[in-house]
Amino acid sequence: MLHTPLHDWHAAHGGRMVDFAGWHMPVQYTSITEEHGAVRNDVGVFDISHMGRLRFDGEDACRFLDRLLTNHVEAVKPGRIRYSLVCNQDGGILDDVLIYRLADEYLLVVNASNREKLLAWIKDHETGFDVTRRDTTADTCMIAVQGPRAVEILAPLVSVDLTAMKYYNSVESGIEGEAALISRTGYTGEDGFEIIVDASQGSPLWQKLVDAGARPCGLGCRDTLRLEAAMPLYGHELDESIDPLTAGLAFGVKLDAADFIGRDALLAVRDNPTGRERVGLMLAGKRIAREGAELVSKSGEPVGTVTSGTFSPTLGKSIAMAYIHTSHARPGTEIEVDIRGKREPATLVPLPFYKRESPPS
Amino acid sequence: MDPNTLKFATSHEWVHLDDGTATVGISDFAVRELTDLVYIELPEVGRTVSIGDSFGEVESVKAVSDLYAPVAGEIVEVNEALRNDLSPLSDDAFGAGWIAKIKTDNSSETSELMDYNAYQKFCESEKG
Repeated sequence: MLHTPLHDWHAAHGGRMVDFAGWHMPVQYTSITEEHGAVRNDVGVFDISHMGRLRFDGEDACRFLDRLLTNHVEAVKPGRIRYSLVCNQDGGILDDVLIYRLADEYLLVVNASNREKLLAWIKDHETGFDVTRRDTTADTCMIAVQGPRAVEILAPLVSVDLTAMKYYNSVESGIEGEAALISRTGYTGEDGFEIIVDASQGSPLWQKLVDAGARPCGLGCRDTLRLEAAMPLYGHELDESIDPLTAGLAFGVKLDAADFIGRDALLAVRDNPTGRERVGLMLAGKRIAREGAELVSKSGEPVGTVTSGTFSPTLGKSIAMAYIHTSHARPGTEIEVDIRGKREPATLVPLPFYKRESPPS
Repeated sequence: MDPNTLKFATSHEWVHLDDGTATVGISDFAVRELTDLVYIELPEVGRTVSIGDSFGEVESVKAVSDLYAPVAGEIVEVNEALRNDLSPLSDDAFGAGWIAKIKTDNSSETSELMDYNAYQKFCESEKG
C-alpha cells in the first residue's frame, strides 16, 4: 500500500484508514457529517497527495498536451488552470484532469486511480514529440484547504496576496521560505486552495494549518461535498464507456481547436447525441440511492442508472447523480428509484445541489 | 441497560432476554463503525423471524447494513421513536436505542451468542 507524507499523522490522529486506489488514506477522523460541515461553514484540510502530479516540458510539451487533452492547452496563459478530459479514440473518458500552465512547464493533476493507466497511455502516444515528463507524485505533498475561512487560515503563511488570486489560477510562491505551488482550486464547491510542496514540507505545513484552526477532513466528506457540488468522480459518473458531452462536461472540450485523441468521435456525438444525460435526483425518503440503482419511469420502464448517491448533510436530503434517457431528463420529472428491490419516489432537480453564495471572482 | 447482562451476535446485534421476550438492538461498536446514520428500516410487528433472518436495515452515509435476527420468534413491538430520530442509537445503544422486541419461541437458541466480554474481544479482532 502506498503512503503519503502525512500517513503517520493520519494514523496517529484517529484517521480511519482505508485502501483508496492503492493508497492508505483516511476516510474520516470523527464523522463525515461533522467534517463536511467544517468545510461548508468554516475551513477544513485534506491530504490529497494521492492525486497524480505529472510535469511536462520540452519544445513540444504544449503540442503534445493538445493531442492528449480535450481542452485547448495552447490558449491557457501562464498561471492559469483548466479542467480537461483525457479520451481514447472512441471518445471514452480515460480520466478527468487539471492542466496547469506554469512559468516554463505544465503540470497535469490526475486521479490516483488512473495514474498508472495514464502513464502507460502517455508513453504510447508521446513518440515523435520533444517532450520530457516527470512523475512528481512521490516527491511532493498536496494539501487542499477548503471552506469560507480558507483565505484567512492560509494568508498568514504565504507571501502572496491570496484575496487578489482568481479562481483556477496558480502561483509559484513560498511558504516560509520553502517552494510551494498554490492554486485557487478544489473539489468541494467551496472557496479554497490546493497547495503542492516538497514531500519533506508536507507535515510541517499540515500541522501549521491544523494549529491555525483548519479541521482535518477525510475522503468520506470529500465525496459528500463534491456530490453536493455535482462534480463528477471518475469510476462513478465517468469511465471509458461515457464521453464528455454525455457527461455534461462540454466546457472542458474544445472541438474547434486542436486535433486531440477522440475528437472525431466527439464530433460525431455532438451531431448525434447518445440520448443520455447526467442529472440530479432528490429522493422523498431518507434511504440512499447508491451506484447501480435503477431509475424507473412513472409508466414502469427502466430509464437510467444511479452513479453516486449520498445523504446530503447540507440539505438534509438523500441526493444522487444518475444517467437518464434525455426524454426523462427535465428537472421536475418524477421517477422512482429501485433501492434493493423497493421503489422509492424521487424528483429530478437542477445541478448542482449546492452552490455557495459568493464565489470568488 | 448494563451491557454485561446482554448477549451479542457476530453481526453486532445485542439481545436482552426477559421472560420469553427478547429486546434487540445494535451495539455501540457497530454504531461507531457506521457513524453518520441516516435511516433505519424497522421490522413489521407481527412478522415471525428465524435466527439470522434479515429483519430490517440501518443505513449510514457510507453503507447500508442488514439487521439480523439474533433469536427466533414473533416481532411484538418496534421502537417507533427511531423513525424520526436516530440519535438514541448512538447516544444510548443499549437502552433508548433498542430496535425491536421479539417474543421468542421455544426453539430459540442463544448458545451461539457471546457475552459482553467475549464480544469486546471479538470487536478488537474485527478492527484488525
